[in-house]
Amino acid sequence: MLEFILAALVLIGAFFTLVGSIGLFRLPDFYMRLHGPTKATTLGAGAILVVSAIYFSLRSETPSMHEILVTLFLFITAPVSAHLMAKAALHLKLRTIERTQNKEDSSA
Amino acid sequence: MLAAVLPYAIAMVSFALALSLIRLLLGPDAPDRILALDTMYINAIALLILFGLNLGSALYFEAALLIAVMGFVGTVALSKYLLRGDIME
Amino acid sequence: MSLLRQALPHPLLSLTLLMLWLLLNNSLSTGQLLLGGFWAVLIPRLTAAFWPESVRIRRPGVLLRFVGIVLRDILVANFIVARRILGPVEALRPGFMRIPLDVQSPLAISLLANTISLTPGTVSCDVSPDRRFLLVHALHVTDIEAEIRQIKSRYERPLQEVFT
Repeated sequence: MLEFILAALVLIGAFFTLVGSIGLFRLPDFYMRLHGPTKATTLGAGAILVVSAIYFSLRSETPSMHEILVTLFLFITAPVSAHLMAKAALHLKLRTIERTQNKEDSSA
Repeated sequence: MLAAVLPYAIAMVSFALALSLIRLLLGPDAPDRILALDTMYINAIALLILFGLNLGSALYFEAALLIAVMGFVGTVALSKYLLRGDIME
Repeated sequence: MSLLRQALPHPLLSLTLLMLWLLLNNSLSTGQLLLGGFWAVLIPRLTAAFWPESVRIRRPGVLLRFVGIVLRDILVANFIVARRILGPVEALRPGFMRIPLDVQSPLAISLLANTISLTPGTVSCDVSPDRRFLLVHALHVTDIEAEIRQIKSRYERPLQEVFT
């Protein structure tokens, strides 16, 4: 049963990682592309890391919790790097697609 | 069960890595390339951990931790460079 | 109490350092606990100049509930965003939002910005220099006013209660 959950989590994690990259690949402007990698990819990698922590804890019978450290690190750094990249993009005045609402706010 | 799904997961993450690489090559602007690099290092962490699970070795964790730290510093440095034209202030 | 405060000027920082040390070494042995405790006392003292004010958590219960809500939102809303990313691009209506800020402390603002970035659908892009507005980009938004109201009541209010 537990192994079934782990297998499902691995697949979910890989799926979200893929969704993040698909978003990065196909969305039309930078600000929209920013959404995929910061969230889907982070969550996907986090899920895979949690599986690794549980798997190695069970196998070696001593808790193996240091994967949690990488997960926490990813979840803390992802919004920070997204914010910095968005700031850089605003600074360079990257164009947005036509139908973006409230465009004028981005230059304020 | 886990061993059966790992190849599929590795294939999916590799495909994600390839898509990010295409975005890195296409651009069109510098922030897009930084974002692609940022995505690629997180994908690489996921791939490395999956590989470690596949081999049943916890050793790859150290590499994943290093990539996480260095990748974040790299993203911050590149974004700062675009913001100010200089890395150190 | 005052002796304890003198020894540990930043208890939260010390606790974080100890946890970090134990996780890095992946062990709970007495030796690592002692060594981690040593760093947890020493490092905040050596870096005291960088921490002018100590962090106070006013209502731990509210903070715990907030963390729970955010974790749930991250999970639930990721599925929604996955569907939007995989669905037709033409249907997406991206937009910028300016969220007026009530919280003023730098820690609360950065926590709010990070929360907004992690909960899918929105990424915080910039803080106005006077700390009065947060510029947020949404992947798909139909009613900007309602979205702003929701962010303010769901995320900003609890943060304001915890850190003032």
